[in-house]
Amino acid sequence: MHEMGIALQIVDIATASIPEEMKPARVASILLRVGKLSAVIPDNLRFCFEVVSKGTAVEGSDLRIEEVPVVARCKDCEGSWTLEGPTFRCEACGSGHIEVISGRELDIVSIELEEGSDTT
Amino acid sequence: MEIQVVKHVLDANLTVANQNREKFRRHGVFVVNVMSSPGSGKTTLLEKTLTRLASELRAAIIVGDVSTTHDAERLARSGAPVVQVNTDAFGGDCHLAAHVIAGALDSFDLSRLDLLIIENVGNLVCPAEFDIGEDAKAVVLSVTEGEDKPVKYPLMFRVCDVAVLNKIDLLPYLEYDRDAAVAYIHQVHDGMPIFELSAKTEQGMEAWLGWLREQVARKRSK
Repeated sequence: MHEMGIALQIVDIATASIPEEMKPARVASILLRVGKLSAVIPDNLRFCFEVVSKGTAVEGSDLRIEEVPVVARCKDCEGSWTLEGPTFRCEACGSGHIEVISGRELDIVSIELEEGSDTT
Repeated sequence: MEIQVVKHVLDANLTVANQNREKFRRHGVFVVNVMSSPGSGKTTLLEKTLTRLASELRAAIIVGDVSTTHDAERLARSGAPVVQVNTDAFGGDCHLAAHVIAGALDSFDLSRLDLLIIENVGNLVCPAEFDIGEDAKAVVLSVTEGEDKPVKYPLMFRVCDVAVLNKIDLLPYLEYDRDAAVAYIHQVHDGMPIFELSAKTEQGMEAWLGWLREQVARKRSK
């Protein structure tokens, strides 16, 4: 529901990540890592990104979204597994004493500048 | 050419949340972020909470809504300082972000507070994602909602420290499966403390108030 705000942040961070000496470079693609437990819907995010990136150095860039599965670790039996649904209990021993180790990511991993950008 | 960034998208929010947290720490004020879906009875719960604690704790409240000041007017009756933030001034956001709280803090003298309650925008999705610098998060669920809300919105129930099951005075009139609701909460968050109460009749309020008192005392002694 807050994909618009997220999209704005992505534009800000990606734009700020362009090295000063390479400006006015254009961004060809942005690699984003989104955990499945994060409250972000990739399709909505793509749509919002398209809207808010207009007129910026990242306009038209390809938003590559890598979804990260929800992985938990049991603090009792030490096992780890991938959660497929909203049951936060150890698959092996049934303990609820668990720790979510991935699935909440919302990270910009890298940006790719358009070819020729570094010569302008 | 590829440039490594590796930055959380909400990094800017986290920076401000950390500044808020530091302010709260300095003044020893316990801050609880209260979240729920619209209509769960959050405002009534907090109105009663502030009234009941008025004689023993110095409390204040920040209330977030997309628009109107209705909730603030209700909460002000408790006598506690109230600041209403309408998120439509910030683009009609569905949650309170750290900078909105930072702005609202200017309205209080934190050194004269023990407890700051933040009533978030009614929404079980987005507020779960935003750190605002609080000490604890509470989710309010009412028995007029589905028992399975916790598994429909697992992130919210995962990130919250305690849950309030509100409107229990209505149980005799509903086909609500209380045990199923509790089981769903614990399926998502094992051992999560649940305060079953009715903000309207104040039945069960004492355990919730006791938890707040305990948290305030703990924060003060730090």
